[in-house]
Amino acid sequence: MKDPVITPEIVERHGITPEEFARIKSILGREPNFTELGIFSVMWSEHCSYKNSRPELKKFPTAGSRILVKAGEENAGVLDVGDGWAVAFKIESHNHPSAIEPFQGAATGVGGIIRDIFTMGARPVFLMDSLRFGPIEQNAPGAAANRHILAGVVSGIAHYGNCIGLPTIGGETWFDETYAGNPLVNVFCLGVLRHDQIARGAARGIGNPVFYVGAETGRDGLAGAAFASRELTEESKQDRPAVQVGDPFREKLLLEACLELLASGAVAGIQDMGAAGLTCSTCETASRGGSGIDVDLDLVPKREEGMSPYEILLSESQERMLVIVHEGQEDRVREIFEKWDLPHACIGRVTGDGLMRIRTGESIVAEIPAASLTDEAPVCHREAAPWTPPAGLDIRTVPPADLTAVLPRLLAHPTLARKRWIWEQYDHMVRNGSVVGPGSDAAVFLARECGKLLAASVDGNSLVTLLDPREGGRRCVAEAARNLACTGAVPLGATDNLNFGNPHKPGIFRQLRDSVEGISEACRAFDTPVTGGNVSLYNENPSGPIDPTPVVAMVGLIEDESHITPQGFRGAGDSIWLLGERSAGLDASQFLLIIHGRKEGRPPQTDLPGEIALHQALRDAIRDGLILSAHDCAEGGLAIALAECCLSGPGPTGAKIALADDGRRDDETLFHEAPGRIIASTDPADDEALADLFSFCRIPAHKIGATGGEELVIGLRSKVYRWPVAGLFHHWDTSLDHILGTVAEPLAAH
Amino acid sequence: MKFAVLRFPGSNCDQDCLRTLRDNFGQAADPVWHKETSVTGYDVIIIPGGFSYGDYLRCGAFARYSPVMAAVREAAGRGTPVLGICNGFQILCEAGMLPGALVRNRGLHFICRHVHLRLGLTASPFTSSGTVGQVLRIPIAHGEGCYFAAPDTLDQLEGDGRIAFRYCTPDGEVSAEANPNGSLANIAGILNKRGNVLGLMPHPERACEQRLGSTDGRLVFDSIIQSALSAVK
Repeated sequence: MKDPVITPEIVERHGITPEEFARIKSILGREPNFTELGIFSVMWSEHCSYKNSRPELKKFPTAGSRILVKAGEENAGVLDVGDGWAVAFKIESHNHPSAIEPFQGAATGVGGIIRDIFTMGARPVFLMDSLRFGPIEQNAPGAAANRHILAGVVSGIAHYGNCIGLPTIGGETWFDETYAGNPLVNVFCLGVLRHDQIARGAARGIGNPVFYVGAETGRDGLAGAAFASRELTEESKQDRPAVQVGDPFREKLLLEACLELLASGAVAGIQDMGAAGLTCSTCETASRGGSGIDVDLDLVPKREEGMSPYEILLSESQERMLVIVHEGQEDRVREIFEKWDLPHACIGRVTGDGLMRIRTGESIVAEIPAASLTDEAPVCHREAAPWTPPAGLDIRTVPPADLTAVLPRLLAHPTLARKRWIWEQYDHMVRNGSVVGPGSDAAVFLARECGKLLAASVDGNSLVTLLDPREGGRRCVAEAARNLACTGAVPLGATDNLNFGNPHKPGIFRQLRDSVEGISEACRAFDTPVTGGNVSLYNENPSGPIDPTPVVAMVGLIEDESHITPQGFRGAGDSIWLLGERSAGLDASQFLLIIHGRKEGRPPQTDLPGEIALHQALRDAIRDGLILSAHDCAEGGLAIALAECCLSGPGPTGAKIALADDGRRDDETLFHEAPGRIIASTDPADDEALADLFSFCRIPAHKIGATGGEELVIGLRSKVYRWPVAGLFHHWDTSLDHILGTVAEPLAAH
Repeated sequence: MKFAVLRFPGSNCDQDCLRTLRDNFGQAADPVWHKETSVTGYDVIIIPGGFSYGDYLRCGAFARYSPVMAAVREAAGRGTPVLGICNGFQILCEAGMLPGALVRNRGLHFICRHVHLRLGLTASPFTSSGTVGQVLRIPIAHGEGCYFAAPDTLDQLEGDGRIAFRYCTPDGEVSAEANPNGSLANIAGILNKRGNVLGLMPHPERACEQRLGSTDGRLVFDSIIQSALSAVK
């Protein structure tokens, strides 16, 4: 097979601009050949180089006393958790592949993030996910297609995570028309390791052998990184060969074999072959090591005959790693990989000339300075559109609604309903550490390797971000931190996934920039450095860009098992407290969106010092043994939070609430969404101590009622609202089953 | 006494079983690699959950041919207790050491949740410390856990009293609504004829600590340990 001649059309098809092509020629001092053009194309794509977002990502706070490996240094950041132990964690997206082929797209997304974690030398211990889909209700436009994507994505994540034996212990899922045809699939993985086990993705030691280990290379996923850096179009379905096929069993073998090899001390550097496969792993390790790398493609284990160098280099076949081994330790690799029945081959050597040299036998097919592909990749400074803050919502334009009917309707909406249909498909208990599992504010996991209780929460709010991107960034950080505080955890660090549209559009770039600044501001305030993350741009479908969706996953530590606090009420006779400020308005609320179909208003602003003080006071109260349950009051507002407290305990529990008249409308009081509020329950004997603690900390705390009875009763100025909890439970618990057809009978009126 | 916990390349509950036996019951337990040809020296053999060899074909279809399974069959023939949990149950059926088969769940989805089980017999090394009719709360986590057998096999299991666990309601009623996966006769666990091989879809090793939501799985391990001790006496 002969390579095509390089024409301007071919250059353009590779997503390379004329300016970038001129730069390539000046780097090489000659015209690139077809293989080299392919290498530049994937390495300079947004997916690999973050060329559009890199200047923005520099704004994140990345330093901290617990940081062992910083953001950007390696595949994932590493944080100290004490006693010589550390955690490696990261969130990553697989949005475009999941849009085209939901099952494999999501499955390989899970595989990719798991590899990022064990590449660091960590034993992966749990997963979480953040998912976004188009509307799935029967009468919604495109519902059948959206349900197909949802079902495929969930079973893809289940397939991979369950087989490899990692529990998916929590997450969040929203449904909105903005994600029709462009779902978001963000998967988080956390691993544990001892400080002395941290592995590096650098090619060091001239002459050291370079091993290819894991699955054979095929033609699947050719140039997926470049594919992910384009907008989705009607023709994208023809890109199906760019979606890879996952084999979780192979990955399990690879994981075990790599951890065994790392423990043997034979490894000088290790890097997974994810996006841009062999290309990315070779030039990145060389660039990090300040070295060069020389690889012979004839030695690469292949699944198919007659693959060209271009295809071998750009293939994104899954479950492969590149390992640089200390010279003389080659037999350790062979021994361990044969034990695990995995292909392995020594394909080259580390060199000292800074070049990524690719050969087939004796003939050189590509020769490029390694650093020019990575650190020296082009950076695009995009233009941001000016921003005018949205007008606040005029409450008089919101017509009155039957609020007794609204609460069950909101609880049955897929965004707010219980996600049991999703998480029961995940093995969320394997590894025997899921102390607080899915369906809670934050998940709590006992890592048996080190005896540490780790908490994690993943959050995003596209509605707030659309209306006020900076507040959207702050909000998701504050919510994640609040969720951790509610379970009794101290936050340590965060990882972010930035899901946006096409950054060439100044309005989109402004969303990206402002969200990053909001996340940075909040992470600084909480002292939770960003340890790494992922950027997914070009999330657009034929009807336009997605609403901006920054997602933050935060990791915390619970110091003592007795601090673990559930979100649901524990039974009858307990006092119910609203901790934090009462406020009003329906701006940027789920109520306004779901009931009135409006994405409007000026989102209430996060008061970061107030949030931090609230979380600290709550943790103090938990340490003092005053708190029986604590739940974040977020999407859906106070009424939804109270209902969730009633419904998510050991059994549905009623509650009787009375709220003092503050002159606001009932719908505002019930469904207003502001950050900085927590619903807690206490033993009445502890009421005074709690009140004292909060007044000492100068945090508002109102006793608003007591648990008990068969109903949720909320007394407001004009009316007493009553809902039998059994009915609310039915709506909340079975809504997804009904919509997705796993329960036959129709949903009763309520 | 000493437990062997088999380790296939795709086993993923082997560590959970080893830790449970060591940390919750103070027992000696070793992982035994699937390429081993002997399990002598072990008093009890556990085949843990997971995806033995990926199980893209039928769960356990390849595992039955592994070297270690020949040794397990031999040990079972000598009367050594063998407990197959989840994938272990599937492997025992594929290996012909237990009758019937485990097929795709009725709802086609993988299901992970706590279920209730009614104990059907106490005359076995796995259930001796319980009482018949006792209700246990233990999690399941499987995609292919729907037990199926020919009518005469089922009659034989019923007749011999070899159905050790059935899915039931929290009150102990064995009903269609309590059946999570469509198993025939709500079967969650069965014994071989001799009574020393138990296949069990639920995971008792995940129900041995209160912080994980239940300690009901302890009954299985307590029974095994007590039976083995009294056998030694």
